[in-house]
Amino acid sequence: MNSDHHHHDHDHDHDHDHPHAPPQPDDKVHSYYQILSIALKELLIEKGVVTAAQVRQFIEKRDSITPANGAKVVARAWVDPAYRARLFEDGNAAAAELGFPITGTKLVAVENTPDTHNVVVCTLCSCYPRDLLGLPPAWYKSRAYRARVVREPRAVLREFGTELSDDVALRVHDSTADIRFLVVPQRPAGTENLDEDALAALVTRDSMIGVARI
Amino acid sequence: MRTPQDIGGLPEGPVDPSEHMLNFWEKQADGLRAAVGAKGLMSSHESRRAIESLGEDAMERLTYYERWTAALSLQMVERGVLTQDEIDAKVAQVRQRLADTGELEMTPSEAEKLP
Repeated sequence: MNSDHHHHDHDHDHDHDHPHAPPQPDDKVHSYYQILSIALKELLIEKGVVTAAQVRQFIEKRDSITPANGAKVVARAWVDPAYRARLFEDGNAAAAELGFPITGTKLVAVENTPDTHNVVVCTLCSCYPRDLLGLPPAWYKSRAYRARVVREPRAVLREFGTELSDDVALRVHDSTADIRFLVVPQRPAGTENLDEDALAALVTRDSMIGVARI
Repeated sequence: MRTPQDIGGLPEGPVDPSEHMLNFWEKQADGLRAAVGAKGLMSSHESRRAIESLGEDAMERLTYYERWTAALSLQMVERGVLTQDEIDAKVAQVRQRLADTGELEMTPSEAEKLP
């Protein structure tokens, strides 16, 4: 590994080593894999496999998906017991009801209760309910999170500021290419008078991964 | 035996919870992978298999979207969509073009990785 990495955030170590570097300017190409990515895109367009418009549409679609999608699912489950039952019965169908179709993977919703807390990881890589939460944060893809949350989940949660008492059971769900998990956090006390939109605004990304509570 | 991506339960240091915004090229790489996937040319299983086949060195040295890009290249060759020669020639061409327009700014260690 080279040490003169000034204004260059690809230090080729691990993903979690990057966050402190400022975003690199978009008008310079810094790495071989950036060149390879451009080359692949141009070749695949030349061969008619994909079009530039299709690639752009997928980028725009990805940009449009934020944790607000998942928050709507959670808020509906909080206010509508029948919806809540459907969500735990068939996550894909319940998400689709709210306009969030998930294809190719099975969505499993898991519920936090006063005596059970859930947290999600993908130990092998980065599988994540992207259609409901957007792209995973860097730490979700980091070696430290993936390696440790299955062995010492309470310690990892503590690093996120979440202290679980010993009498709360902690379930860790390891995602696969086929199954994605969504944590339904506990509805905070004192929110009886809030409407669904106001409730959704309380639901954070990290609470739906399970590293935080609300 | 553990394969390089199979790290669940291994000892590691603290989790760095900082957020990392994607660079433009990483978004491009994500969009390209999604578009190829939508054509039925790369399922999430194929993507996973290709990334895992890159080996321990790639897991250690490459960033997330660098691995995705290496895996996409591998998958396109294995699928017969592109040949390695085509890819190598295009990489050389793109590199030259970026150098000519002053858009290329590589460290010596990056430049050494060029074929």
